Amino acid sequence: MAIDNNPQLVNPQLVALDCVASAHGHPESPLSISGLTVSYGEKPVLFSVDFVTPKDAMLAIIGPNGAGKSTLIKASLGIVPRISGDVTVFGEPYADVRHRIAYVPQRASVDWDFPATVLDVVIMGLYREIGFLRFAGRKHRDKAMECLARVGLESFAHRQIGQLSGGQQQRVFLARALAQDADLYIMDEPFAGVDAATERAIISVLKEVNAAGNTVMCVHHDLATVPEYFTHVLMVNVRKIADGPVATAFTHENLQTAYGGRLQMGQVAQFAATGS
Amino acid sequence: MSNDFVQLSLMPLAIGVLACIACALLGNFLVLRRQSMIGDAVSHVALPGIVLAVILSGTLDVGPMLVGAAGAAIVAALLIELVRKVGNVEPGAAIGVVLTTLFASGVLLLEQTDTSKVHLDVEHALYGNLESLIWLAGDSWGSLLDPQALAEIPPQLPRLAIVLVAVSAFIAIFWKELVIGTFDTAFADSIGARPQGVGFGLIVMVAVAAVAAFDAVGSIIVIAMFICPPSAARLMTDRMPAQITWSVVFATLSAVFGYILAGYGPLWIGATSSVSAAGMIATVSGIILGIVCFIGPKRHGIRGAGALSAAPAE
Repeated sequence: MAIDNNPQLVNPQLVALDCVASAHGHPESPLSISGLTVSYGEKPVLFSVDFVTPKDAMLAIIGPNGAGKSTLIKASLGIVPRISGDVTVFGEPYADVRHRIAYVPQRASVDWDFPATVLDVVIMGLYREIGFLRFAGRKHRDKAMECLARVGLESFAHRQIGQLSGGQQQRVFLARALAQDADLYIMDEPFAGVDAATERAIISVLKEVNAAGNTVMCVHHDLATVPEYFTHVLMVNVRKIADGPVATAFTHENLQTAYGGRLQMGQVAQFAATGS
Repeated sequence: MSNDFVQLSLMPLAIGVLACIACALLGNFLVLRRQSMIGDAVSHVALPGIVLAVILSGTLDVGPMLVGAAGAAIVAALLIELVRKVGNVEPGAAIGVVLTTLFASGVLLLEQTDTSKVHLDVEHALYGNLESLIWLAGDSWGSLLDPQALAEIPPQLPRLAIVLVAVSAFIAIFWKELVIGTFDTAFADSIGARPQGVGFGLIVMVAVAAVAAFDAVGSIIVIAMFICPPSAARLMTDRMPAQITWSVVFATLSAVFGYILAGYGPLWIGATSSVSAAGMIATVSGIILGIVCFIGPKRHGIRGAGALSAAPAE
């Protein structure tokens, strides 16, 4: 991949960080991965991806369907096995710093007929805080209610989760992530299948979280909203295509490389407002 | 109630209730994980293992039976993987092929075994021998306080009591992990709730409960109890703790009414002999599920995935 070596695309600061990278990874970076390769069966889904998430970034992970965006997240968190690659979270192995990460899977990945109320699901985010062999107390329920209020769902607390609309379900997941009180929020397609009002509600909460000094990473599909929602972008299509601030990395050429012939020229021009 | 009851019916009834509750408790998680098939598979593949253990040891002791069942479960797991990889079929089909083949081979083994030495046959495997677990020494209610009489209660009772305690403890200790891992495996993984480990523990407990219940009540009840009471309970409530409670209620009702109907039902309609208690208990659990399907307050709970997109917008 010649594009990987394109000097224009490499952030000099990150190169400097690369040099100090050791067994402990980048102590400053919320999520740093190197040489990440994942395969389902014989075909690689991700091939040798290196990426250092800038601290305090609001990052979009974009790429065509099947490019390995969700897999990148799941492999980083150890949810799917990786063939090779090192991952560090705030410079530590993931297992040691789980409490600093809030992960939100795709909404469609769970069964919403599950016998649980909205509040039950948000309390799941307090799993580590509650501790082994203990049950949620009043303190935990209060905290979960606060998180529900932040996503505007406090009046739905005692509904069964299957009775909610798709957008409301996505906000329940966001509230569960808020309950985790993390430093890094990793969301897999938080805007998939939600209505416009929910999308605005979710992005405003995520921007709040980001403004409070936390890092947010979203697998994102709608290229049109990338410049408006995010500060940084990571483009993947099996390999890493490009990464960096939206202003420098979200370009014509990179989108063409990532999406190949799948994007019309007109669309690319429309999305990449900051083309070189 | 008469002393006959204590001698002839108390123990089968108690054993039936314990077996039903132990299986129903675990079934709650199997059904929600869409793994009902695994309970089915485990109780079926246990048969050839148990038969081999009985042949080799020459006794009906639970020790060799457990070892045999565990061995069969491991062989089954390996075979399922093999069929899936080599045959390139979906996991459900691989389970189906392996469990029927192993169960059938267990039946053949049983037929070829000299059953005079030990009491084990195909009927026993399917329906158990609940009615035969009588308590000869228990000639009145007072026997419940008599240490000598208590020493002669059928060994299945304390065995199933221990299994029920173990199952309850497992669910209580790993409650949060079981619930989170069942609802959202990827999230459970990300927070370190070890969904794979807890899922494996669940299957181990399912195997233990299936094998312990197998000897007393047969595999028909085991399979029915893993599925019917939890499914009916899901239709009664939208919360997990309440669902567990309802499943215990339905399991108990099935055991008690099934046993009574099997013993006395045929007489009421003029027949001369009673019918299999295990068969009747399983039937009653199915009837309860059928009734709840029509009157359960939370019938909206079970529906196709298509309903998701049909959920009302805000």
